[in-house]
Amino acid sequence: MNMPDLQPLMPEIVFLGLALFVLLAELFIKSKETIGLMVIVSVAATAYMIPQSFGVTFSGMFISDGYSSFFKFIFLLNLILTILISIQYIQIERAEFGEYYTVLMFSTLGMMIMASAGDLIVLYLGLELMALSTYILAGFIRHDARSTESALKYFLLGAFSSAILLYGIMLLYGLTGTTDIMKLSSLLMKNGMRLQSIFAIVMVMVAFGFKIALVPFHMWAPDVYEGAPTSITAFMSVGPKAAGFAVIGRVFLTGLEGFSADWRLLLVVLSIATMAVGNIIAIQQHNLKRMLAYSSIAHAGYAVLGVIAGNTEGLSATMNYLLIYAFMNIGAFSVLVLLRNEQERIETLEQIKGLARNHPFASALMLIFMFSLTGIPPTAGFVGKFFLFRALVYSGYTWLAVVAVVFSAISAYFYLRVVMYMYMYEPEEGVTQDISTAAPLGLALLITSLMVIAIGIYPEPFVNFARLVVG
Amino acid sequence: MVPLNWYMWLGAVVFSVGMFGFLTRRNVIIMFLSIELMLNGVNISLVALSHYMQDLRGQVLTLFIIAVAAAEAAIGLAIVIAMFRNRQTVHVDEIKEMKG
Amino acid sequence: MKYYLLIPFLPLAGFLLNILLGRRLFRSQAHWPSTLAVFGSLVVAVMVLMDVLHGKTLNHDLYRWIISDKFQVSVGFLIDQLTAVMLIVVTSVSFLVHVYSIGYMHDDPGYYRFFAYLSLFTFSMLMLVMANNFLQLYFGWEAVGLCSYLLIGFWYEKKSASDAGKKAFIVNRFGDFGFGLGVIMIFLTLGTLHYIPVFDKINTLTGQTINILGLHVNLVTLIALLLFCGAVGKSAQIPLHVWLPDAMEGPTPVSALIHAATMVTAGVFMVARCNPIFNLSHTAMNVVAVVGGVTALFAATIALVQNDIKRVIAYSTISQLGYMFLACGVGAYGAGIFHLYTHAYFKALLFLCAGSVMHAMAGELDMQKMGGLKKYMPVTYWTMLIASLSISGIPGLAGFFSKDEILFRAYASGGVGRFVWVLGTAAAILTAFYSFRLIFVTFHGEFRGTEEQRHHLHESPKVMTVPLVLLCIGAVAAGWVGVPPLLGGSEHFAHFLEPVVGLPHAKEVSHAEEWMTMGISVAVALAGILIAAVFYLKNPAIPRRLAERFPFLYRLLWNKYYVDELYDYIVVRPALGIANNIIVKFTDGAIIEGIVNGVPAFIGWLGAQMRKVQDGVVEHYASIMAVGIFVLLAIGMIFLI
Repeated sequence: MNMPDLQPLMPEIVFLGLALFVLLAELFIKSKETIGLMVIVSVAATAYMIPQSFGVTFSGMFISDGYSSFFKFIFLLNLILTILISIQYIQIERAEFGEYYTVLMFSTLGMMIMASAGDLIVLYLGLELMALSTYILAGFIRHDARSTESALKYFLLGAFSSAILLYGIMLLYGLTGTTDIMKLSSLLMKNGMRLQSIFAIVMVMVAFGFKIALVPFHMWAPDVYEGAPTSITAFMSVGPKAAGFAVIGRVFLTGLEGFSADWRLLLVVLSIATMAVGNIIAIQQHNLKRMLAYSSIAHAGYAVLGVIAGNTEGLSATMNYLLIYAFMNIGAFSVLVLLRNEQERIETLEQIKGLARNHPFASALMLIFMFSLTGIPPTAGFVGKFFLFRALVYSGYTWLAVVAVVFSAISAYFYLRVVMYMYMYEPEEGVTQDISTAAPLGLALLITSLMVIAIGIYPEPFVNFARLVVG
Repeated sequence: MVPLNWYMWLGAVVFSVGMFGFLTRRNVIIMFLSIELMLNGVNISLVALSHYMQDLRGQVLTLFIIAVAAAEAAIGLAIVIAMFRNRQTVHVDEIKEMKG
Repeated sequence: MKYYLLIPFLPLAGFLLNILLGRRLFRSQAHWPSTLAVFGSLVVAVMVLMDVLHGKTLNHDLYRWIISDKFQVSVGFLIDQLTAVMLIVVTSVSFLVHVYSIGYMHDDPGYYRFFAYLSLFTFSMLMLVMANNFLQLYFGWEAVGLCSYLLIGFWYEKKSASDAGKKAFIVNRFGDFGFGLGVIMIFLTLGTLHYIPVFDKINTLTGQTINILGLHVNLVTLIALLLFCGAVGKSAQIPLHVWLPDAMEGPTPVSALIHAATMVTAGVFMVARCNPIFNLSHTAMNVVAVVGGVTALFAATIALVQNDIKRVIAYSTISQLGYMFLACGVGAYGAGIFHLYTHAYFKALLFLCAGSVMHAMAGELDMQKMGGLKKYMPVTYWTMLIASLSISGIPGLAGFFSKDEILFRAYASGGVGRFVWVLGTAAAILTAFYSFRLIFVTFHGEFRGTEEQRHHLHESPKVMTVPLVLLCIGAVAAGWVGVPPLLGGSEHFAHFLEPVVGLPHAKEVSHAEEWMTMGISVAVALAGILIAAVFYLKNPAIPRRLAERFPFLYRLLWNKYYVDELYDYIVVRPALGIANNIIVKFTDGAIIEGIVNGVPAFIGWLGAQMRKVQDGVVEHYASIMAVGIFVLLAIGMIFLI
């Protein structure tokens, strides 16, 4: 038997090796900054290998192409930013256990495998690697009841959704006799058992919808986002979500291409429900983390629109949106991390009253991210939404774009309320509002805010890049 | 020979029983067992399909599922223990600090 | 020629530095970043002018923001002869005004804010003149309007200032509405917003009509008139001139820069830039010429009797802008731009001199309380005198060449041109009269203010007088680049601009007629000065007697033809009446408030209900997921099978 071509797999292999090395190094190196730096170097090495890894191996089970690379860059970026905001934060939360960084890396590795999966088995394994690591991370503050509660909820519902995914995979396997994603559509068509095919598609969609928190499979998200350590919330709200979109793009747009009319209808229903529930419940939230959780649900609803558009343009718009979302959402969470100090968590609207008085820079950053999340030009959020809606209109879903714009207008209410609380109110008595001064956190804020503005002002290269890797 | 349909129905029934258990029981451990039941429903179906189609992929996937389930069990129990230390309970309807 | 990018972006940098760090870091040194930035722009603008003189022009899309098929939102620069002239005008006047403001605004609590706004204005104005597409023009157009609003209301604690700011903003909205429609029409009919393709393709529209309420309107005429609407608002022409005199509430350097030299001339620039569009429509051209001519005369008459020193100059500005439109309307765009360029220097100078007088008089604006200031502030006096000679059209000075060129071109074009020539010539005598009335009343005779004010009188500091002297050089010499052939010159200016705006197509005009028009304009200028001298130096009783003799006429002029009152009756009061009685009581109270408050309240209520589902219990979550699965399956079975 020939040795399989490992070239396409090299980034993952290297990344795994480095993750294990970091795990070992943590036994000896006490300085968390050093460990963080090692992770960042590992990420850089991996990112360097990705463009050289293009190819298909293990008879189509593992695909490294432009599409997967784009997502891998999002995952690695997500990892770097998470590391930057974590270093001081987890010390404040007294959760600086050694495995934190390694588990983050494993989770990212799972996402990378998902993005490259050409086979349902590989997809499942990547998904579980990502999910299991994230369960651990959500409960990383062991002594905190809220953190463990969120881990428990995430775990139970995540395992439930995995079981449903497996049932769907089993059905697809039974109907086609293969687990190769690329062959699904034609074999399903040949088989002709439409009822069972729809059944299988629904099952798979439910599981993916769970990962990207589509209503009504979103129920875990608010509780888990609120309870998890803030740095992990930032990580979870971007990475697993992007990974979910990566597999949705692969499985639905290429694997189940022949059934596009069917899954489109289902996704339209889900996306409207998602935008509605996410935006409407967010209005009622006074806890910022929870508000951002609902906002993240709503944004998944927008991002799905690109998949619904169902063409290269739409998919690239979704990818572009995810990249932009990574910057603006991690940025917003970074500001929350910035506000966490030894004495108290600053998490509610009441606590940030008059923040602009004491911390003009932190408030200005929050303002940029809130504007971007609302989609106000010239921030990146506007560009992202613009291309999504444009793709949607061009593929004939004008009415859906209008619905999305309406919900987007509703979202202005709760995003701009944050700005209002920061700028229009006097600070309350007894709220200290000391802020963290960690340099890595500052770097993360600098990167995210600059990118949010840069993409907003000069979107062309990013948009073209996403188009290029898809087309 | 036992027809494929029977296995498929058995798998579906086991899966459904697991799902029903997950939806109705309050004890985290029992819920967790219910998930194992769902997974085993899938496993039965996969192995049967694999056998009938003379294709190894189904069995390979089954093995992976069993392995992942083991890892899942380890992590799940760890989370349950951490939870119990904080709250002294394993009943999910008492674990609802975060809501709304 | 990549360095041209520095021209707009240096002031932008100055703005950012001042707005971000001004209050904490620069404080009383806030003028440095802004002034240095605009000086840099001036230097680069001169270099660009040199390049353009060597025939290098440039049309370059710097970057495209959003592309949606044919609709492009891009930032691009068109640098040709017209742009080069505007760049020199904007950067040089802006620089001198910056320097002047160091003295004028010192000790103002909003010092850094003032310079930040000035920089922002300069940036916006430069983006406007350098644009290579209508959208960017529109962006600059609105941005300078915003800066104007901010600077008019700079002393916002003063109610009249903030009211004037609002008035400027609202009046401009009327014009900008038309302008916006014009831009949209261009995009709808031609499918692009870039100048060059628009101008290339515009003649394909000749003869096409569009049906508006049953009327067949010529498409090109419609577009041209809509664009002109914007120009009427921005350049304060009849009937939208009412905002400019009130805008004098702003600090005087702002009046000099924005409301005399640059922003208000944007309308003229735009018409000249769009000359391929206007040339295709006789109707539109005639409208432009007549509006310009009538405004020139109309505003000049009002200026005759005003006593507020800045308002006199403001009406003079409106009148001179009228001349520029008059020139454009008869096809002499070059002459219009020539006047724009000379006017920038002498009018900015007039304003800055007025500012210098106000500085000495502790903010006093009423000329009747001044008098005899000549001996207290000689530099101000002499520079202002030269500016007045220039605006009156005394041969050899800048204003003479440009105004004479306009009047000659108007005469030479025949038809409507003859009519507006008469208007322009009549306005010229009034111009000379009111300019020298201002000089004589302010600087000659006896001081009529209080003792306290007399004690305070002083010449302004160097930092203010040096810009005056420099502008004075402009007011004298700026016209020398456009000496007509009749006087032995070769009209460099007109030939320089020819590639952009073409040469006016004149009828055959004999030398005698040319001498005649020139003679008439010189004669009326001298006559105006003479009458002013008689009225205000020799026999100051005459004006009062005239006012008593013609009380109606005097009151009409004093009240500026009651235009403000007219608008108050037909626009402001009905609008407020409708707003107060119908909208507030009925629509707003019942319907709008019902909707505005009701919808969020409903959504909030909905949210409150929906979040109850999120009760924190994992099992319920799982149940909802299960329900979701069954709903999806049901949808699948009903709709897809």
